[in-house]
Amino acid sequence: MKLKSKDLLGLEELTSEEISLILAIAQSMKEIFSKKKQVPPSLKGKLIINLFYEPSTRTRTSFEIAGKRLGADIINFDFSASSMSKGETFKDTVLNLHAMKPDIIVIRHSVSGAPQFVANNISASVINAGDGAHEHPTQALLDLFTIKETFGRIERLRVAIIGDISHSRVARSNIWGLTKLGALVKIAGPPTLIPAQIEKMGVEVFYDVDAAIKDVDVIICLRIQTERQNQNLLPSLKEYSRFFGINQERLGKAKPRAMVMHPGPINRGVEITSDVADGKKSLTLKQVANGLAVRMALFYLLAGENQKNVAY
Amino acid sequence: MLLIKNGRVIDPANNIDNALDIFINQGKIIRVGKNIDPKGISRDSGKFRIIDASGKIIAPGFIDMHTHLREPGQEGKETIATGCRAAAVGGFTALACMPNTNPVNDNKIVTSYIINKALKEGCVRVYPIGAITRGLKGENLSDIGELKTAGVVALSDDGEPVMNAEVMRRALEYVKSFNLTIISHCEDKDLSQSGAMHEGFVSTRLGLPGIPAAAEEVMVARDLILAEMTSSHIHIAHVSTAGSVDLIRRAKAKGIRVTCEVTPHHFTLTDEAVTLFDPNTKVNPPLRSQEDRDALREGLRDGTIDAIATDHAPHDSLAKDIEYTLTANGIVGLETAVSLTLNELVHSNILTINQAIARLSANPARILGLKGGALHEGEDADITVLDLQREFMVKPETFKSKSRNTPFGGWKLNGGPIMTIVAGNIVWEAK
Repeated sequence: MKLKSKDLLGLEELTSEEISLILAIAQSMKEIFSKKKQVPPSLKGKLIINLFYEPSTRTRTSFEIAGKRLGADIINFDFSASSMSKGETFKDTVLNLHAMKPDIIVIRHSVSGAPQFVANNISASVINAGDGAHEHPTQALLDLFTIKETFGRIERLRVAIIGDISHSRVARSNIWGLTKLGALVKIAGPPTLIPAQIEKMGVEVFYDVDAAIKDVDVIICLRIQTERQNQNLLPSLKEYSRFFGINQERLGKAKPRAMVMHPGPINRGVEITSDVADGKKSLTLKQVANGLAVRMALFYLLAGENQKNVAY
Repeated sequence: MLLIKNGRVIDPANNIDNALDIFINQGKIIRVGKNIDPKGISRDSGKFRIIDASGKIIAPGFIDMHTHLREPGQEGKETIATGCRAAAVGGFTALACMPNTNPVNDNKIVTSYIINKALKEGCVRVYPIGAITRGLKGENLSDIGELKTAGVVALSDDGEPVMNAEVMRRALEYVKSFNLTIISHCEDKDLSQSGAMHEGFVSTRLGLPGIPAAAEEVMVARDLILAEMTSSHIHIAHVSTAGSVDLIRRAKAKGIRVTCEVTPHHFTLTDEAVTLFDPNTKVNPPLRSQEDRDALREGLRDGTIDAIATDHAPHDSLAKDIEYTLTANGIVGLETAVSLTLNELVHSNILTINQAIARLSANPARILGLKGGALHEGEDADITVLDLQREFMVKPETFKSKSRNTPFGGWKLNGGPIMTIVAGNIVWEAK
């Protein structure tokens, strides 16, 4: 089985079968690696370019390790600014990369749609490593993987996504993924951070975090950027923390078995208190570990050799 | 000398819709009448052409009251010469050009430059629009009397709103001495912020910063109140939302002196067009929701919206082959506007062909106080000939405009212009 598209631009485009396939292969990757400390180098001789227009440590490193474990050559291009500042177009940059004949381009960009733009102009596979507030599909896939690993299923679980939904690509990808796999998704935060008509994505909207997390199995906290205060989207971080942040007391309103996730990096004391982040109910480090397995699975599905014969 | 025979002449200003012939000599319409016999015309001045327009529509020359010609200053995107060529191919015999050039057309020197350059290099009529405020900064009024004397036909800070209500009030008052219309770009910059598309479900899905409909509507409401207060005429440029149409409809009923225009891209497309992040869908005001688009069509139908105008906004690859939010706003429209009007409005029974022609000719002429927009005997022979059935394929690579930024590439449209006549000269005809 393969994915329908040459690219992974978002979870909106994937079917539930495709998502399940990625998760199943990620599961095999994780098992094989934990037993043998290595996996067959199915991407040997392949060239992966990590094209990062936004600073990122963990996501870029995770892609890099995933590529290396599969035997690929992986190169990092870090751009601090847009192509335009050099007097060329983004299209010029993409065509230059195309000339280097990569097999996969992993792109992170602060502007929504940049991965789509690259995919339209290049024959290599494009993996979206986060674009603006649009999608962050590998984060959502690793979140789905972690939820499935923890609860044994995703269907019919109740998941609350809390915080700055407006600016969050993680929220959007998770909403697509979770709803496609049959979870019940609630979102909550101050109305200033809830985007227009998001209920059409199939979620229930709450402005009261306590009401949203009542009886949920999973709480996904989102990072709050400090600049939101200056845009009048929040009066202050202190107020946010008090009324919308996840602390022990609030966590008590969820199901007893509920777990807390965060895509990182966390703002301790803002969207999550340290005792929760470091506590028994936190899945954050498992998320990071599972990110590797998911990214290996994607590389394998998009560029792996001898797919039929490999027993993942 | 030209004799256009057997066409269906539609001249809304004179309430004419009839099979008539038109005889043109020395740039003027000499006669509009039944069965003009070519034998009865004395062939004094050499060249004489008879055009058989059977099955075609003869309309007053179309006037695009909202074009960006980019010259002076951004000649890489468009020049007066290329913009006029694009207009001619698109069936327009005249256009009014916005002042956001470099330098800004806020003084008589720039106005004169545009007029002289257009006389020399332009194949259609060019009517400059002057800036309301110096440098389009929204602070101090331009020398409006000087601009009028130099030849501007209206005033606008288009591209930028006049954010300060006091400045807009004084502009609306002052222009009354010079009988000029203020064309308002309605956008509350605090509400639109750095938005890249219409705020709604699509912007939420795509994670692009949104521009709420309210960013336009609060300014439309403000301008209507100021127009009422000053008893001055205001024209609202590129109306894009259902709320704006509603406000204008009610203001007209109340007797406020307001007119408005809509662009073909706003009455054709919705925010769904942004889904694949095509930079050519980024425009200000943004492509709105389905409900907004439907309200614009209804506004055109019931006459709330007076004119169809292109907001032709040429951009080069450095402005368009880049990330979506960084992309310049704008769509080139001169070469697709008439076909979109026929395909989207006339063939789908939103407008009669007569209404469509009025919104492209008589109405813009009336709003700007221009001659033209009608087929009067003795006046300049500015004529657009249409073929309602001919299929037009939008091929950006063949555009006469210097720029290609259109979301309509590859569209097949039913109906379009086949001949453009300015002062009796055929400036373009379809092959």
